[in-house]
Amino acid sequence: MTIADRQYVEFIEVQKSYDGEILVVKNLNLSMRQGEFLTLLGPSGSGKTTTLMMLAGFEAPTHGDIILDGRSISNVPPHKRDIGMVFQNYALFPHMTVEENLAFPLEVRRMPKSEIEEKVRRALAMVRLNEYGKRRPGQLSGGQQQRVALARALVFEPKLVLMDEPLGALDKQLREHMQLEVKHIHQSLGVTVVYVTHDQSEALTMSDRIAVFNDGAIQQLATPNELYERPENSFVAQFIGENNRLPGKVVLVNGAGCTVEVTGGGVVEALTVNVIGVGAQTTLSLRPERVRINPPNGACANVFPARVEELIYLGDHIRARVSACGQRDFVIKVPNAEGGVGLTPGADIAIGWKREDCRALDPS
Amino acid sequence: MPRAGGVERPSRPATQAMVSLATDIVRTADGVPLKVTLRRVDRARKLKAVALVVPLFLFILLSFAIPIGVMLFRAVDNPEIAGALPNTVAELARWNGDELPDEATYAALAGELQAAHKSKTLGLIGKRLNYELPGVRSKIMAIGRAVTKIEAGPYKDAVIGIDPMLGERRLWTVIKSAGEPYTIFYLLSALDFERTQDGDIVNVSADRAIFRDVFLRTMGISMTVTLATLVLGFPVAYLLASLPARTSNLLMILVLLPFWTSLLVRTTAWVVLLQTEGVVNDALMLLGFVDERLQLIFSRFGTIVAMTHIQLPFTLLPIYSVMKTISPTHVRAARSLGAGPFVAFWRIYFPQTVPGIAAGCLLTFILSLGYYITPALVGGPTDQMVSSFVAIYTNMELNWGMASALGAILLAATLVLYLLYNRLIGIDKLKLG
Repeated sequence: MTIADRQYVEFIEVQKSYDGEILVVKNLNLSMRQGEFLTLLGPSGSGKTTTLMMLAGFEAPTHGDIILDGRSISNVPPHKRDIGMVFQNYALFPHMTVEENLAFPLEVRRMPKSEIEEKVRRALAMVRLNEYGKRRPGQLSGGQQQRVALARALVFEPKLVLMDEPLGALDKQLREHMQLEVKHIHQSLGVTVVYVTHDQSEALTMSDRIAVFNDGAIQQLATPNELYERPENSFVAQFIGENNRLPGKVVLVNGAGCTVEVTGGGVVEALTVNVIGVGAQTTLSLRPERVRINPPNGACANVFPARVEELIYLGDHIRARVSACGQRDFVIKVPNAEGGVGLTPGADIAIGWKREDCRALDPS
Repeated sequence: MPRAGGVERPSRPATQAMVSLATDIVRTADGVPLKVTLRRVDRARKLKAVALVVPLFLFILLSFAIPIGVMLFRAVDNPEIAGALPNTVAELARWNGDELPDEATYAALAGELQAAHKSKTLGLIGKRLNYELPGVRSKIMAIGRAVTKIEAGPYKDAVIGIDPMLGERRLWTVIKSAGEPYTIFYLLSALDFERTQDGDIVNVSADRAIFRDVFLRTMGISMTVTLATLVLGFPVAYLLASLPARTSNLLMILVLLPFWTSLLVRTTAWVVLLQTEGVVNDALMLLGFVDERLQLIFSRFGTIVAMTHIQLPFTLLPIYSVMKTISPTHVRAARSLGAGPFVAFWRIYFPQTVPGIAAGCLLTFILSLGYYITPALVGGPTDQMVSSFVAIYTNMELNWGMASALGAILLAATLVLYLLYNRLIGIDKLKLG
């Protein structure tokens, strides 16, 4: 086992309740490698921020243990954990200049003055704010403040950095720019990052792995690719990307595949992922871009007639809403390829998809 | 490129001039210059703003600015002698002050004292001169009666014959200086200075000196009260700002409760509590902490306790409202960066509360300077503050010059402290929330 493979952060059967009645975090088991970029993704109230706060030391677990670098930290106060943290609204100290903000974690560690100056200078250079050291946070733009907050969380070289929706207050363009910047800093410094967000595209862009939270529990922990291609339950399928959901009943299970009778009419061949067995209710999940229009004979295991209800032009692709299998909001994404898509509202067409692209998940 | 630019340069200023001429006057669509239109639009807005402010401005002018101006003027205004003895004062202008005035001056004095006796204004003259020469009032009344009997000159010897005081330089020095239209006599007296016969400014004798003590006492009590409210109020403000809204609202009501009862009621309540046979003494005796009853009321202790109680919300509320605006994530951030609880508080939280502390303390200090009822009810004779002397001079002595001088000096001292404060903390840092 090399150092890179060692489990650096571990949550062992962690539970958290504020009022003794409701568990905000239910039996959390999670481990991550050194140098990994892990994102906790989920809707608000799903327990992801509480998990982060327990790791930072601002909330104590009601049950269970948290291990950092081989040592239980449940009884270590926040300032002794050596964990850098970037807050949602930056939390820069308004009465200090940028340099003083960056020097603060070094001063409380009683570093010599010359070393502090050197480290502050390098940290400012890292986020390309060399000229702004003497300014107050209030004199900087949102993106600049964000970069200062990032530099401050990294300047004392913590082994672990936590980020709590750090880009939430920025506009879309700046946010996308900062995502790449954070990712590059992570790659060049090799620090371990736990990142909290509710923005799925942000999670997909930056993470090595994503833990999808819902209702106080991890629904799935996987790489971005895996999460999108192979969601394990209907919450993940719906939360990451877009999908068509067809409720139905399993009529036959045949190894990896199964046959499902869709409630709205039609029988679909699908992959068995999360079904109890024959007779159970299920939800079929199908990505809109995997649906083919008028497929050639034999290309798809599932072919159904459909009627085009609406076309929405989105530049690079066209969203077609069709009615099929008893659903009026069945969505298909058609690439805006050369020669157009050849669809008109009201037209009757055939749609089809492969068995591998249709996943039979838990009913919900 | 530089060559080509050099060749073309001579033509550029002309082009620029033309461009700026063309763009100088920007006009609206219907041809009115833009600036004129803008002024017209702005004027209505400004008028509206002025109309909103005028009532309060007039009120403050009439009830605050003008009275203060009148008070400051009264501190140096000196109309009594110049009005009652105009001729004497005019004659004294020639007097060199080394020996007694001449016959003409005595004649003028005799004539004007006779007139004053007839018009019954002798009392005014006596009262004014009495400020500077204690005991002279009754003598002036007697002289006024006697001087009516002198029918013809020479007056000098006859007048001196009435009272030997009239043959002393001292009285004449006082009449001369009191006859000037403006005087610094009241201001000097309010600082325990007086003028000698030769016009030098000296300290008054120790047994008559009171006001310097009173000013120092006023400042001392105000500072103690300010410090006490800060020490007691800061932790409560912190608690209020950090508790969940439901609990903190309840506590806030308790803090504000004193605001809903009158100052007089609260002060009287302290009388009930602190008196020798009062609740506090009873409790101390019962619990055996003391063997004999303590003098809690009519003392400096009582004054400071009662004033601190009344002033507490004034210090606390600005601090609280500033604390409310400090994001709790600042302290969390400091903790995550490696600062212990105390360092995080002292270096991150506390500096951000300074504007509130500054505002609250300044408010309490300045309000404390003017306390009158509370020291009068729960303080002893040596705990009376400047305002109580102002009240005595205004209501009982009817010496408005002195009352105004005390007020003016208190105002000046406050302004000096305010400037000092501005230099130390900066008035722009003051924040009420």
